Amino acid sequence: MAEARLGHAFLATGSSSFADFLSEQAPELLPSRRALPEGSAADLAPHGTTIVAATYPGGVVMAGDRRATMGNIIAQRDIEKVFPADEFSAVGIAGTAGIAVEMVRLFATELEHYEKIEGTTLSMDGKANRLAALIRSNLGMAMQGLAVVPLFAGYDLLAEQGRIFSYDVTGGRYEETAFHSVGSGSLFARGSLKKLYREDLDEQGCVTALVQALYDAADDDSATGGPDLTRRIFPVVGVITADGYRRLPDPEVAEVADRVIAARMGRPDGPAAPLT
Amino acid sequence: MSMPFYVSPEQLMKDRADFARKGIARGRSLVVVQYADGIVLVSENLSQALHKVSEIYDRIAFAAVGRYNEFENLRIAGVRLADMRGYAYDRRDVTGRGLANAYAQTLGTIFSSGGEKPYEVELFVAEVGDRPEDDQIYRLTYDGQVADEHGFAVMGGAAEPPTTYLKEHYRPGGSLEDAIRVAVAALGRGDGEPREIPSGNLEVAALDRTRVQQRKFRRITAGQLRTILGNGGSGGSGGSGGSGSDGSGSDGPEAPAADPDAPVAPPVS
Repeated sequence: MAEARLGHAFLATGSSSFADFLSEQAPELLPSRRALPEGSAADLAPHGTTIVAATYPGGVVMAGDRRATMGNIIAQRDIEKVFPADEFSAVGIAGTAGIAVEMVRLFATELEHYEKIEGTTLSMDGKANRLAALIRSNLGMAMQGLAVVPLFAGYDLLAEQGRIFSYDVTGGRYEETAFHSVGSGSLFARGSLKKLYREDLDEQGCVTALVQALYDAADDDSATGGPDLTRRIFPVVGVITADGYRRLPDPEVAEVADRVIAARMGRPDGPAAPLT
Repeated sequence: MSMPFYVSPEQLMKDRADFARKGIARGRSLVVVQYADGIVLVSENLSQALHKVSEIYDRIAFAAVGRYNEFENLRIAGVRLADMRGYAYDRRDVTGRGLANAYAQTLGTIFSSGGEKPYEVELFVAEVGDRPEDDQIYRLTYDGQVADEHGFAVMGGAAEPPTTYLKEHYRPGGSLEDAIRVAVAALGRGDGEPREIPSGNLEVAALDRTRVQQRKFRRITAGQLRTILGNGGSGGSGGSGGSGSDGSGSDGPEAPAADPDAPVAPPVS
């Protein structure tokens, strides 16, 4: 860290945004500032797949499977796709893994930067909008096959409830009620959650419903990884409550997954929902 | 055509130094003390909103005396530098030494350039290590000089009496409570009778290496201070809500957390 005096951009007043600062001081660090040659880059890098999230009274839970794929190849079987963004929120990523991870890093730094400079945290909607802006700036890359579509969830301290936001590649931001999923297995996961989700779930029940949904997604989508029993690799589960973000320890997730699998030994399609 | 008067370089620098020193001497002092589990920064600050002690990065804190607008500018520059380093490389690669160097260069250049008024500030950059031996305290003066401090250090206003007091009473390896008590007592020393500073008029923050979170900086709330100092906070500024559980936002960055040790999410590495 040897350098001369801090330059103008460092001492300038104004923005509390880290991304804005980078765009002036070191634009090459921003994912959105890279020129890409023409053509599709979709098959060049691993893709992350299914993320699910659901709220329950007192919090919100987000879970992601552990698989990254490149075409028909499993690029990684223990990738992590759910990240804490700050004390009270988390981001799950689907799409081009490299760019998505970079975007999450930028987003987390953005939130911490704002907190340190302003001395207060962004509102939940403010955080969701900042993430939308970051995705929007990635539109050029998305059109060349390097799309990133995150799912954002957090505990809103003012509203005292968990909230979930989904996005599209143009930066469209949509608040979801109760539950949502993104990624290649999201259709199956959402169908599963429709039948399993109830508003009065507790934390444990909510985690179980999400693990079930990921199992159903892995059942029908080749790009989503199911629980890996031989290697003991299980979904990453993050729980956010008024006490902050907590990643469930692996033994706890393993216990839930083992119960889900044991039940599926008897009924492979999972729990039956009542007809009426 | 009028010729400018000749002023010798020595005289020029001395004038600029006197100017900066005078500005700094108007402010109240600030004390930094090492204790067993980290470093605590204590200042007398009547404002709940305008901080003299702040977080820069995971293990690095910033404290300043002098002109608020100038050190606030430097603080923000430090946050920007640290966040950019951590983002471009890794969080472990952001060091207090690097930050102190950047500040020294900045202050030194401004001090010796004729075009700019010298900054009327003095800074502490403190970094907590994994062990007490790894702790670093840098003291930077208005002209860009850096001093490496050990154990304790005082800067600002009348720094002599608190330094004398600490020399006599500071014991290394004490608890956080002991460190705060000795620091507050030192701040109360002046030319005359020792003052008792009400806990509501203090701004105290610690870099606590025992925190499980990556970000080791935490503010000690007025409520906690009252318990530690046991002086009832008679300053009539009990507006900070004591336990801080009301989340009124008056306690700075960590306001939403009622519990000072509430989890801070580990940043993505």
